[in-house]
Amino acid sequence: MSRLNDANLSLAREIIARYPRPRSAMIPLLHLSQEQNGYVTEEAMAHIAELVDVTSAEVYGTATFYEMFKFHPVGRYVVNICGTLSCALLGAGELIHRAEETLGVRAGGTTDDGLITLEQAECQAACTEAPCLQVNYRFRYRVTPDELDQLIADLRAGSLTDEIPPHGTLARTRQQIPADRWVRPVAPEETTAAPAWMPAPEETSS
Amino acid sequence: MTTGTTYPWAVGYVAGDRPQIVTDRFQYEDSYTLARYEATGGYDGLKAALAKAPSEVHDDVRGATVLGRGGAGFPAGIKWGLMPEGVYPRYLVVNGDESEPGTYKDRLLMERDPHQLIEGCLIAAYAVGLSQVFLYIRGEMALAQERVGVALNEAYAAGYVGKNILGSDLSVDIVLHWGAGAYVVGEETALIESLEGKRGEPRLKPPYFPAAIGLYGKPTIVNNVETLSNLPWILRNGPEAYGEIGTETSPGTRMLAVSGHVKRPGVFEIINGSTTFRDVIYGEEFAGGIRDDNDLKAFVPGGGSAPWFLPDQLDLPFEGRPVGAAGSMLGSGAIMVMDSTTDIPAAALTLTRFYAHESCGQCTPCREGASWLERILRRVVDGEGTRRDLAMLVEAGSTICPGDFPHAASERLGLEASPFPYKMTTICFVGPSAYAPVHSALTLFPEEFADRVAPNGDGHAPIPVTVTSSAGGAS
Repeated sequence: MSRLNDANLSLAREIIARYPRPRSAMIPLLHLSQEQNGYVTEEAMAHIAELVDVTSAEVYGTATFYEMFKFHPVGRYVVNICGTLSCALLGAGELIHRAEETLGVRAGGTTDDGLITLEQAECQAACTEAPCLQVNYRFRYRVTPDELDQLIADLRAGSLTDEIPPHGTLARTRQQIPADRWVRPVAPEETTAAPAWMPAPEETSS
Repeated sequence: MTTGTTYPWAVGYVAGDRPQIVTDRFQYEDSYTLARYEATGGYDGLKAALAKAPSEVHDDVRGATVLGRGGAGFPAGIKWGLMPEGVYPRYLVVNGDESEPGTYKDRLLMERDPHQLIEGCLIAAYAVGLSQVFLYIRGEMALAQERVGVALNEAYAAGYVGKNILGSDLSVDIVLHWGAGAYVVGEETALIESLEGKRGEPRLKPPYFPAAIGLYGKPTIVNNVETLSNLPWILRNGPEAYGEIGTETSPGTRMLAVSGHVKRPGVFEIINGSTTFRDVIYGEEFAGGIRDDNDLKAFVPGGGSAPWFLPDQLDLPFEGRPVGAAGSMLGSGAIMVMDSTTDIPAAALTLTRFYAHESCGQCTPCREGASWLERILRRVVDGEGTRRDLAMLVEAGSTICPGDFPHAASERLGLEASPFPYKMTTICFVGPSAYAPVHSALTLFPEEFADRVAPNGDGHAPIPVTVTSSAGGAS
């Protein structure tokens, strides 16, 4: 039962309606399915294909392009340690080494209890705060190996469950467009007229 | 010691005693709320725009010469003007997919001042006549997605976004969209592909500009987050006031992240055009010099894709033309500093690995070449390389970028600069970017490679490898 559940299905329909073409909703819907199940299942991809009117192969082809989508179960927490230049200059190598030792898995692996997946990541846009890492895409800055051990201990103890939702959840507040304020998308083939506030070309001042 | 103000809620940002166009609200802990935004001139730029004709707003932006802050530096007003006349619908896609190594600014702007970005989108939409904005935020930026999403909910409810904005004819939807981890999607045609629900592969050029054929084949503007964040100030204060800051060819300010081996890594809003690399690396109001007072060895001046500079280039200003002539580019406002302890081949490897990993696989020279570069360079770094490997690095690089590749001048080596840009056999810049660090390292530090490799196919030159020690640095 890993198609989108009823609540997510109605959310999915809301999201699809915001785009001029349904297929544009594909990545947000894949995120929604990953939020529901922790990873992207084949059933979810088939469901999304129905919803945006493409084949499952097209969903799979798109989904596999993107690093964040996982196609097998991963830990409740995915720890991404940045290894690109600024972080590498300030100790990312030691941090990754320590994480592998403490967790007993190599980068790319998941702990036996299924709690933590470790990944070496690429630049996370926090280069002034090197070395940095993310847990389920929540930042930790200027991390020392000992702080990393503490973080792992906290994750294991469950003391960060409020701060860090399970893997798959990104923003916890969703965009909501009130029906009475919504302009609604226009399919690209529909309109050729200028919008209401644009003067006709001959009235343009420049 | 270093001067300037930091705020615990704007991690990395350092305010200084100079004009602040896009970061002024960072001083407030609640800068991302509508209440704070309205209390600090928020949406006044939109109101000023609505009092003018759309073409006048476009003229203001063109007159201010807002250079695109995503990397290419193309003026926003001119980009908008490339849309074919009378063709609708048109779309605006906001590029919030910041992921160039070294770059940290758009995320701050989205997390700390989302309404400023929303207002910038509305001003652009009004000026060029579009009612659909897609705000594409990098997938890994959960907090930015949250902050922009909440800000959009506030702005819709308050009548700033949606139907008949502030009671006018202007009607604009802004849809929050978020990616899923792919560096190449920062390339504007790849961004559009991704937004169409496809693999994020850059489109073949021509057409060179999505302004003509963009999202769903319609005229589309793709603007960077920082670029759009400048617009509210320009509409509030006028293009003349913008022109009084910076230089004639590079007006206003720009955001800049300085990272690596400096005393105070940070994000600064600097005066465009006149500020020099020496100012931002050594200046007390900026990064404050090299950690432990070590010597500067090299720096990446414009994000991971940019060829490297040496101490020889420190006095260049933040101007595209002289920096290009000197063999690199300003790129996305990202300086990565390497001190005298840096293992240059190992440093280059971290960047080449990045681009090899992020190659979309569409063009053979990049798909194959970038991973060849990575594997050969890894061998060299691991002390298992040979002289032949060094020749192969250059050969693999020249299949991606035939002819002269840009590089800096070096007085030490008696080397003259080779100017930007390069020729390329790939659709986009990812392939050349994989070669840039290899070429810079080989050209500017040949001895570090010569010492590392065996003379022929046999034998090892085992050297213990760490990029640098992690000791020292700022706190």
